[in-house]
Amino acid sequence: MTATALEISHLNKTFRTADTSTHVLDDIHLSLKKQEFVSIIGPSGCGKSTLLKIAAGLDIDYEGQVQLNGADVKGPSKEKGFIFQEHRLFPWATVEKNIAADLSLKNDEVRHKVDEMIELVRLKGFEKAYPKQLSGGMSQRVAIARALLRSPQVLLLDEPFGALDAFTRNHMQESLLDIWRQNQTSMLLVTHDIDEAIFLSNRIVVMDARPGRIKAVIPVDLTYPRNRVGVPFQQLRTQVLGALNHVEAEDVSYEI
Amino acid sequence: MTGKERTKRFLLGALIPVAVLVVWQLAVVNGLVSRQLFPPPTSIFRDFYDMLMSGELPHHLGISVLRAMIGFFVGGGLGLLIGLGSGLYKRAEQVLDPTIQMLRTVPLLAITPLFILWFGFGELSKILLIAMGAFFPLYVNAFLGVRNVDSKLFDVARVLEFSRFHQLTKVVLPAAMPNILLGVRLSLSTAWLCLVVAELMGADQGIGYLIQDARSYMRTGVVFVGIVIFAVVGKLTDSLVRLLESRLLQWRDSYRG
Repeated sequence: MTATALEISHLNKTFRTADTSTHVLDDIHLSLKKQEFVSIIGPSGCGKSTLLKIAAGLDIDYEGQVQLNGADVKGPSKEKGFIFQEHRLFPWATVEKNIAADLSLKNDEVRHKVDEMIELVRLKGFEKAYPKQLSGGMSQRVAIARALLRSPQVLLLDEPFGALDAFTRNHMQESLLDIWRQNQTSMLLVTHDIDEAIFLSNRIVVMDARPGRIKAVIPVDLTYPRNRVGVPFQQLRTQVLGALNHVEAEDVSYEI
Repeated sequence: MTGKERTKRFLLGALIPVAVLVVWQLAVVNGLVSRQLFPPPTSIFRDFYDMLMSGELPHHLGISVLRAMIGFFVGGGLGLLIGLGSGLYKRAEQVLDPTIQMLRTVPLLAITPLFILWFGFGELSKILLIAMGAFFPLYVNAFLGVRNVDSKLFDVARVLEFSRFHQLTKVVLPAAMPNILLGVRLSLSTAWLCLVVAELMGADQGIGYLIQDARSYMRTGVVFVGIVIFAVVGKLTDSLVRLLESRLLQWRDSYRG
């Protein structure tokens, strides 16, 4: 686990409108090792989603350097799987056709890989279902399968379980760990859920808002699967909360 | 839907037409309205049967359907292609759309005399008139369909590195399909409408000719047969497209009433 998959350095991003300019990301340095799971957590408006979009190549208006396996990221590609907040499945296509997307299921190799993915995200029996017939959690699993079929170097997840209820969310976190263990893809997850970050990641990156900068990087040295109610989990939670509160404590300019 | 439910729905839908026919028949038989202007339904049906058996009706119907189809495919096809083009490319929209919108507001009936002057009474003027009628609904709806595509799905297509061709066939076309099929329905009914206009203006074959000819000999029954044929064929084609809709759009998750 030493080789670097994704390397972000000296990253600065400013949103400009006609008369204002907002500095959203300030000198971000972040590296994601191969097979590593890193979560980014921070208050809303800290630019964590923007950071992820830049890593994906969906946003290329920035200063600094973003590299995947030593090559500059110039635009979106299959090598950087992206899971959006909403599942964004094609509503007119069945589960298997959504996973295959632009590939033809008539091709034996594709067919085989799609079946493998359906097995991996545990959706056997739903191959022919339309997205309208799926629950939120199932839809998001289809989206994950669609990204993983393309064997990405890194999977970027933008608050993928934010819209799900607590039970489904826990279940989805377990499936994601399961998928990660089997698939060994590097994962970069943006979340606002502290428990989710601790439960899933090797490292947690805590971000500060206005301008968005990295405040702390907290390693999580617990063995998987992690016990959500255990003492070490609670200690880590206090640590992350402390880092976050430290972030928020500076922001005292509230007006009532 | 169960068989019983289906029968019930059919009976409910048939209620008004059947009542009208019964009242009509009774009114004519009792001498309340002129037999010359309102031949009773039974006599209209006899006319229909005679014309069907003599082969007169199938011949004229075949000619009419052929005209409508050629006009629809030429006009509708062009409408679809140009509509998709202007939907996809801003440049094409800026060049084409203002002109097309201007032409769209010209009533078809107003330019019929011009078409006849230019192209005569032959097949060309008829097919061009039908094609022109069929063009606009498909143009407008294909354009709208493309512009209604969720831009979030384009992000997905970018991340998955869809080729330009797959962006069109896997994202734009399926997403625009509800609008395109609506356009097909409207185009077909407009084509059918223009066919009537074209054939009434002057023709020596077709259902419109049949009506015109029967009118000059006061064969009111035949006029009615022609009208009913127009209505039935129009309804049949519409049902065909709706069948296509229910097949192609079963993925849709919308209110069904």
